[in-house]
Amino acid sequence: MTDNGKLKLGLYWAASCGGCEIAIVELREKILDLDAAADILFWPCAMDFKYKDVEAMPDGHMDVVLFNGAIRTSENEEMAHLLRKKSKVLVAFGSCAHEGCIPGLANLYTRQAVFERAYLETPSTENPDGILPQTSYQVPEGEIEIPYFYNTVKTLGQVEDVDYFVPGCPPQAPQIWAVVEAILGGNLPPKGSVVGANEKTVCDECKYNREEKHVKKFYRPHEIIPEDRCLFDQGIICAGPATRGGCGALCTNVGMPCRGCYGPAPNVVDQGAALLSAVASVVDADTEDEAAHIVGEIVDPVGTFYRFGLPASLLHRTKLE
Amino acid sequence: MKKISIDPITRLEGHGKIDIFLDDEGNVANAYMVIPELRGFEKFAEGRPVEEMPRITPRICGVCPEAHHMASAKACDAVYHVELPPTGKKLRELLYSAFYVADHSLHFYVLAAPDFVLGPDAPPAERNILGIVHKIGVELGSKILRWHALGMEIVGMLGGKTIHPVGALPGGVSKAINEEERAQIEEWGHELVEFGQFSLQLFHDVVLENQGYVDMILSDPFTTPMYYMGLVDENNKVNFYDGKVRVVDPEGNEFVKYAPDEYLDVLSERVEPWTYLKFPYLKEVGWKGLVTGMDSGVYQATPLSRLNAADGMATPQAQEAYEQFYETLGGKPVHNTLATHWARLVELLYSAERIVELATDPQITDPNVRTIPTETPDEGVGIVEAPRGTLTHHYITDEKGIVQKCNLIVGTTNNYAPISISVKKAAQAVIKGGQVSEGLLNRVEMAFRSYDPCMACATHTLPGHMPLEVRIRDAEGNLLDVLQKNME
Amino acid sequence: MNGTDFEPRIVGFLCNWCTYSAADTAGVSRLEQPPNVDIIRVMCTGRVDPVFVLKAFREGADGVIVSGCHPPGDCHYGEGNYKTFRRMPLLEALLQQYGIEEERFHWGWISGAEAPKWAQLVRDFTEQVRELGPLNWKRELESKED
Repeated sequence: MTDNGKLKLGLYWAASCGGCEIAIVELREKILDLDAAADILFWPCAMDFKYKDVEAMPDGHMDVVLFNGAIRTSENEEMAHLLRKKSKVLVAFGSCAHEGCIPGLANLYTRQAVFERAYLETPSTENPDGILPQTSYQVPEGEIEIPYFYNTVKTLGQVEDVDYFVPGCPPQAPQIWAVVEAILGGNLPPKGSVVGANEKTVCDECKYNREEKHVKKFYRPHEIIPEDRCLFDQGIICAGPATRGGCGALCTNVGMPCRGCYGPAPNVVDQGAALLSAVASVVDADTEDEAAHIVGEIVDPVGTFYRFGLPASLLHRTKLE
Repeated sequence: MKKISIDPITRLEGHGKIDIFLDDEGNVANAYMVIPELRGFEKFAEGRPVEEMPRITPRICGVCPEAHHMASAKACDAVYHVELPPTGKKLRELLYSAFYVADHSLHFYVLAAPDFVLGPDAPPAERNILGIVHKIGVELGSKILRWHALGMEIVGMLGGKTIHPVGALPGGVSKAINEEERAQIEEWGHELVEFGQFSLQLFHDVVLENQGYVDMILSDPFTTPMYYMGLVDENNKVNFYDGKVRVVDPEGNEFVKYAPDEYLDVLSERVEPWTYLKFPYLKEVGWKGLVTGMDSGVYQATPLSRLNAADGMATPQAQEAYEQFYETLGGKPVHNTLATHWARLVELLYSAERIVELATDPQITDPNVRTIPTETPDEGVGIVEAPRGTLTHHYITDEKGIVQKCNLIVGTTNNYAPISISVKKAAQAVIKGGQVSEGLLNRVEMAFRSYDPCMACATHTLPGHMPLEVRIRDAEGNLLDVLQKNME
Repeated sequence: MNGTDFEPRIVGFLCNWCTYSAADTAGVSRLEQPPNVDIIRVMCTGRVDPVFVLKAFREGADGVIVSGCHPPGDCHYGEGNYKTFRRMPLLEALLQQYGIEEERFHWGWISGAEAPKWAQLVRDFTEQVRELGPLNWKRELESKED
């Protein structure tokens, strides 16, 4: 705590979209309460403090750092190590830091493939000399450096020691506030816990009625107009059964299936495998051929089952040649 | 040559830095706006079911996810050659209009207004939304925060989530609205129109009545004629959700007007080895370097450029504001970068009026909001105006609707060249003879802030402003001097 | 990859009542088989959570087998193997998308009376995987990382 008794807070974004920053704005009037309770010492998106200021801090100076974004480049990783050193409690905030999230889908490809697509192949790109970004480049006036882009996206926990995980893409405001209150009140669970979510699955919060499932055909969301009942019952793959609850089931609330952004349900090791099992378990087929036919229509298994958690999955990424 | 690195830039979506090189006289030889990040959406979209793209691409940006959601949904509609039921289209535009109110007001009040309400020389610790609340009073301040929240509430009602909404699918939307919801949206819509007028009045009272600010807006370092781009409807009025893309030249004459699937005939992107971001430019005019004018393909896509590219606003109160805008600033087109803040408020008012128009449309509660696609999917382009610029999504799929290729030209990307030019111009105007002053820091800040580079910052309830630390090194890299601004 | 001095490590999830029994018989009968399969006995292939297979590959398996009683009717628990044939095709598709060659994963049915079929599977599958070379998932990942 600072001398004025306020919490010393830091926020940082690695390979992120900024949604976790806007999630703080979604606290709405509670942002004033947060401001009253905490001094923010580092927040590049909103405040003036520079990397040098963090380096100059004594180790463990910040009470809590909320770190969002995945580890995509060398700069992201350096900041992860620096902020670990300078904080007492490091929180992986949001799905990217927690399990890789959407940027994690790049683990289906490599750095080379990403660069070739972005800088050489895309139809609007005019690049006859085949120029690719370089980590160090001599312009006429001097040298310019940019970070190194890794082959594989990692979660924060895969590069640093993390104290708590707040899931969600983004974490929902009531949950963020619950975490802030827990921090201010000194009420945190054991290290390594997921906070800002509950101990059930999304199904528990979902408005739809569920019955026993007998799926003869899976449908992609645009292929049918579902009735006002459990989407999974109707053959629309929904990650609800394999996803930790706490978000309020906002997606199913408007008739769209869950895609799993709150991460694996409690005690689940690999969210994609859990969802695969859930999907297979509702297949209404008594012969191998019929079963193969029904599940054979499911497209993009890795992208569907691991939409938010590919880097955190057991296999992490597709095979590197 | 001496190098000054401003690293990192803040109040930008993601990361950025500026490398400034001084020549032997201590004047700015060049300034580079470097973007050190990339995530690869154009690649990892490959293999994804196309109907999932409206849920994947919003993660490009958590400040304007609604823009990606809509551009992507429109691209999906095109891929499937499917016509939306009228109510489906209207509900999408309703959500989008509410988002525009929230997003434009977030930028104006939290990022821009502090500079004007409190002044660019106000103590940094006060120059933020809290300072505004202190100055104008908690009651009024809370009212502003509430208005912003209303816009987000409408987004949540229609799209499920406020950040990364869901619900737009090829062929329509997933949820219709009932009378109760419609009435609530209409009520809030009227309040938001009031918000739009309030904001314009505030700008008038605080900025336009202040000669110092007006001089700054009209000053040379902040005046850059170039080509201007924006989406327009069939009457050439500004529309954020649908229409054709119109580009006018620096003199205000129509240069081209293209439909989404023609974008490749008009735009090209340039790669530089010292940054991860590409520079779009007008193909026909060509890339002439980081310069602007009739002969350079550099163009801008911002609220200012949208107003320049259109013939007017499609709603009455916004049209009045539009006319006043041009009358005050001496006619079309306006080249003054800082006037973008004003243009943004005209758009805010338009968006609010549009909420009311759509909420009172007799078809808006119709239950038929989605058409099931029947055609074989293949290729499609979807374009909307993101608050920060024209947004293009282009997908090619196989016959099962699995993405094979994806190309994206994103809002702020359109403005990469203009921002770089503005930054260099500001740097050259204020750094002379090796003297780096506080003025540099303010000027550079204000030069790119008006473009509202995507992550226009979450909350300025904190002593936030752009942190600038200027380090001056000699040719051997020895540190000669350090100037800091706003480092508490 | 030089296949001749590479010894594949194969993990087999075998159901107690059928394939495990067949493997037992094959051993006792001294049917010729290479020693490359590490057998994990489960009570039913329906017990095989996809996560087991993923973990096996991640932790160093070059190949994985899942084998149990023939459907319909042979399963000791009635329909345990139905769960297997609903799951496995989807798991196969998943593994392939991850880049794990389909020849590294085999699932099927071998009853307690089919010991020679088990021995043949072990011989054939071991050679098949040998030809592909080591998968070495975790170590390959670490060595090719930046």
